[in-house]
Amino acid sequence: MTIRRIVSLASRSIFRNKVRSFLTSLGIIIGVGSVIVMVAIGQGSQEQIRERIASMGTNLLMVLPARGPNQINRLTLDDITTLRNEASYLSATSGEVRLSENVVGGNGGTDADTYWSTSVFGVEPDYLSIKQWNVGTGVFFTEQEDSDRSKVAVLGSTVAAKLFGTSDPVGQTVRIGTAPFIIIGVLATKGSNGMGNDQDDVVMVPLETALTRLSQNRVLDSIQMSVVREDLMGAAQTEVTAILKQAHKIAATGNADFNVMNQSQIIETASSTASTLTSLLAAIAGVSLLVGGIGIMNIMLVSVTERTREIGIRMSVGARRRDILMQFLTEAIILSLTGGAIGILMAIGIVWGMSSWAHIAAIISPGIVVASAGFAAIVGIFFGYYPARKASNLYPIDALRYE
Amino acid sequence: MAIIELSGIKRHYNVGEVTVRAIRGLDLSVDVGEFVAVMGPSGSGKSTLMNILGCLDKPSEGSYVLDGLDLSSADSDEFATIRNRKIGFVFQGFNLLARTTALENVELPLFYNHNSSRRDQNERAKRALSAVGLGDRYGHTSAQLSGGQQQRVAIARAMVNDPAFILADEPTGNLDTEMTLEVISLFQELNDAGITIIMVTHEPEVAAYTKRIIVMRDGAIISDRPVENRGRAAADLTAWKAQNAEVQV
Repeated sequence: MTIRRIVSLASRSIFRNKVRSFLTSLGIIIGVGSVIVMVAIGQGSQEQIRERIASMGTNLLMVLPARGPNQINRLTLDDITTLRNEASYLSATSGEVRLSENVVGGNGGTDADTYWSTSVFGVEPDYLSIKQWNVGTGVFFTEQEDSDRSKVAVLGSTVAAKLFGTSDPVGQTVRIGTAPFIIIGVLATKGSNGMGNDQDDVVMVPLETALTRLSQNRVLDSIQMSVVREDLMGAAQTEVTAILKQAHKIAATGNADFNVMNQSQIIETASSTASTLTSLLAAIAGVSLLVGGIGIMNIMLVSVTERTREIGIRMSVGARRRDILMQFLTEAIILSLTGGAIGILMAIGIVWGMSSWAHIAAIISPGIVVASAGFAAIVGIFFGYYPARKASNLYPIDALRYE
Repeated sequence: MAIIELSGIKRHYNVGEVTVRAIRGLDLSVDVGEFVAVMGPSGSGKSTLMNILGCLDKPSEGSYVLDGLDLSSADSDEFATIRNRKIGFVFQGFNLLARTTALENVELPLFYNHNSSRRDQNERAKRALSAVGLGDRYGHTSAQLSGGQQQRVAIARAMVNDPAFILADEPTGNLDTEMTLEVISLFQELNDAGITIIMVTHEPEVAAYTKRIIVMRDGAIISDRPVENRGRAAADLTAWKAQNAEVQV
């Protein structure tokens, strides 16, 4: 029998029992549908994290001190100078110190009467462009103010709201630690960083100011850099590593006392959690696909019993065991494949509805569609084989006599 | 020329500890163009004989030569092919596929014959249906046909592959007199055209339309004789109809 004949035969008997065929496929429809929807949600949130991290700045490269026993942080302003002089792929460079301080002062905000604990970043003027950030009101500090160690501060929008409410903080004074700072600007709102941290809960002061007036020592917590073009990330990373090793008098083959990380490495770290979640969701949905497969086997077994006489008739007119096996197997595969196709369409509909009405980030990747369609076919073959085999092993005499 | 050659056929089943001897040594030869009735009480082994003749069952002993082909060593696939090419089955319960049109039912044996194209199948099935007088009922399903018509569809199905012989297992068992005569006259017509028919029947009056009657008892043939003064079912059908019409008036 040709494949076309088998398929047309199998589809005819499927159509003869429309309701039952639909109910049989329903398990697969729901199974495939939920796998795709779950994975779409998982991948959607992964993509969201990715986007937010990307919003921290494109072509971002950062140098962090190596962590571990016997590691001393040796990142200093000299390293920045060296990088500015020697590195050829960097478009902007800024040192960064991160301090935890209480900010006191303000009026009109919820915490204006007491104080607000926040992160104070000592950074250089290029920092904003590296992080793709903008000033909302007022101005950012200049290189002059940095080298003068001016006591000026730029507030993140969260801090501004906490201390000043709706009133304009620009020109006002706050105390950071023990020193008074004049507020010269407020940053545009940036939002969460994808890992649950509010990026706007920050106060930025000039790096030199932070190092001399706020910090205990003169080491940096990181050096943030922009690479001129995205395809030069790798080259830039290698070059920065080499320059800093030389500056720190470490052999080219030796272990560095710092780490150079690029954007994608940061994203990888952050999205690995989300991808674990995606796998978990997919696994749970996969169980329902399995249950759907068992449903197909169940109905096919009933169908074989119910159609024993038909099998007998077919055998008496010359169907071989193989023909009967193929007929029932094809039916099971068609049922699961159609179920899979309907499930895919349903999932696309649901995902579309979710993202347009409920604003849930969900992305259907072609890979998961292909994978779940393939899985549906495998389920059909796996769970269709046993009933088909049972049908083909019937004896024609017994099958013909079956009432 | 013998189309069927059975010699020394024995068939026994093991049911638990007991061995049932359904056929205990049987020789039979059927020539081309014969119309044979197999009779006998239930338990006489005629069903087993039919199963063996129909290649649905294998004898425990003895040899079966069908159309010059020795079937002693055939496996289940070869049996299936022989059923497909050499034998046309007609059953008591018609055994048509439910919710399937007459045409599709007749096409069924061709479906399992790789040598025929889809179009060829369709034409042959139509020809077979016309030959049994159902040329206008292609699209009817079994439920829309009378018992006699269903049996005629079954006969068309049996003939469609041009088999070596037709094997009919009590083909009139479920039919009333008129339909019985219809079916038997069709068989006689086919037989006149040269088709060999072997038919199991309980009814002596049906057997009287055949050319040769074999009687079985206890798994062996006890009588094998030609039929004299063979009736013509077509004529009897006309007479029967006329008689019934008078009664109705």
